[in-house]
Amino acid sequence: MSEEQIKSLEEQFEARIARDEKIEPKDWMPEKYRKTHIRQMSQHAHSEIVGMLPEGNWITRAPSLRRKVALLAKVQDEAGHGLYLYSATETLGISREEMYEQLHTGKAKYSSIFNYPTITWADMGAIGWLVDGAAIINQVPLCNTSYGPYARAMIRVCKEESFHQRQGYEIMIKLANGTPEQKEMAQDALNRWWWPSLMMLGPTDAESIHTEQSMKWKLKRKSNDDLRQQFIDQTVPQAELIGLTIPDTDLKWNEERGSYDFGEIDWDEFWQVVKGHGPMNKERMKARVNAWENGEWVRDAAMAHASKKQQRKEKQAV
Amino acid sequence: MNQNLYNYILGIADNSLILGQRLGELTGHGPSLETDIACTNISLDFFGQVRSYYQYAAKIAGDKRTEDNIAMLRKEREYVNVLLVEQPNTNFAYTIARQFLFDVYHFLFLTELEKSKDLTLSAIATKSLKEVSYHQRFSTDWLKRLGDGTAESKEKMQEAINDLWTYTDELFHQTEADKAMVKDGIGVDVTALKEVYYKKVNEILEEATLEIPESKWFQKGGKQGIHTEHLGYLLSDLQYMQRTYPNMEW
Repeated sequence: MSEEQIKSLEEQFEARIARDEKIEPKDWMPEKYRKTHIRQMSQHAHSEIVGMLPEGNWITRAPSLRRKVALLAKVQDEAGHGLYLYSATETLGISREEMYEQLHTGKAKYSSIFNYPTITWADMGAIGWLVDGAAIINQVPLCNTSYGPYARAMIRVCKEESFHQRQGYEIMIKLANGTPEQKEMAQDALNRWWWPSLMMLGPTDAESIHTEQSMKWKLKRKSNDDLRQQFIDQTVPQAELIGLTIPDTDLKWNEERGSYDFGEIDWDEFWQVVKGHGPMNKERMKARVNAWENGEWVRDAAMAHASKKQQRKEKQAV
Repeated sequence: MNQNLYNYILGIADNSLILGQRLGELTGHGPSLETDIACTNISLDFFGQVRSYYQYAAKIAGDKRTEDNIAMLRKEREYVNVLLVEQPNTNFAYTIARQFLFDVYHFLFLTELEKSKDLTLSAIATKSLKEVSYHQRFSTDWLKRLGDGTAESKEKMQEAINDLWTYTDELFHQTEADKAMVKDGIGVDVTALKEVYYKKVNEILEEATLEIPESKWFQKGGKQGIHTEHLGYLLSDLQYMQRTYPNMEW
């Protein structure tokens, strides 16, 4: 293909996106579009899978049967999200094994929030309320993203996430209205998860390297800072409603902007965790790698069994 | 209060509780995403069943007991699950063997419980049967895959079956509550399920190219609350919140 032909294809491609048409797996696409989508979608899938671990940590210790059932269902949903996000990413010409390999070797990232430990039951509430809340703000715009399989996966993911968020908030309501011990547990969880949740919306616009291109391809509709502001404005009244205090002394309603002003985020902590040195980075990866390595003989057996079965079928047919 | 009926319900429900708890330990650590989802889903089914049983038991008790304190505030000696379901997730072969050996029984049991004169138990059985027929398919399929897969998987699967075999006979022991409930047309005569159970299990083991264990030495005691050393640790997790923060709503 000549350079001119490629240029013309690229122009047509960008025009389709501008017209809000969906790009489908068999359509021509620029290599950079494919790579960017593999990176973001696999990162999203990995986040779902690694995200099962901090909550999975409380399945055996959930305080009531009702909570246990809800938590199991939630973590199962996350596995399901991982599954169809991996499948959607596979349409771009990468296998699930390759994606796992990238995760296990540290080449691919996942959401840093999952590198914090879940140390009390209230963390299950805080994760649902804050982490899923921030995730929804990040993800809702993706329901209209340009790549068809991703957009369709996100519609389902978002529906389930908003259910999870309500469920998490409901755990917090119960604790906040409970005994002093329970309320303290809730406040402590909010204190620990608040700032990492703000960091989830990504680095400030000035430091975000992917934003401009991603905006064009509708992988992103608003800047990180705008999303963060939206999250804060939405969450502060929810905390007030249940009598919990946001751990930010600079937090103040700004009449003029119609938004909350807030304190300085500790970006050093953010980069420390992103670069692999958060409290749980090593443990999370070890858990994933162990599951994969310990499962190898199981996967091998399944393959061997399937091929034996196939051979028997063929023999019978002859 | 009908103590026999109460005890009888616990005898059924504790199996689902303890096995559900064991499967819940695996979430996020399975050999593949698909098996992870399946094991979590089976755990979820068990806890759904558990809630129905204990809610009914609490109603029969008619005092301050609730589904949660029945599930989480008894002492180790008061749990009456069979020893099989409390065995640990040593590896995926053990998880599958435990599941398979229980599922075949569970399906036969619920099929009979569906005919119970007690309408609540019969309704729970009907609902659970749909789930358990899926569990049985899952564990049977994996038993065959691992038994007739690679040399390594066959060895692991055979070892798990051999080790857990000793806990199968207890499934068919009758407790006092069992006897009373059978007499009333409410309970299932488990002794009558034994023959068809072993016939079915043996057939599937053969199909999975596995050997049927020859050992005739069996363990018992779970139904009387005399457990293996594994149960105490499982209960420490299960009961942690209820014990640390007594009398609170969650």
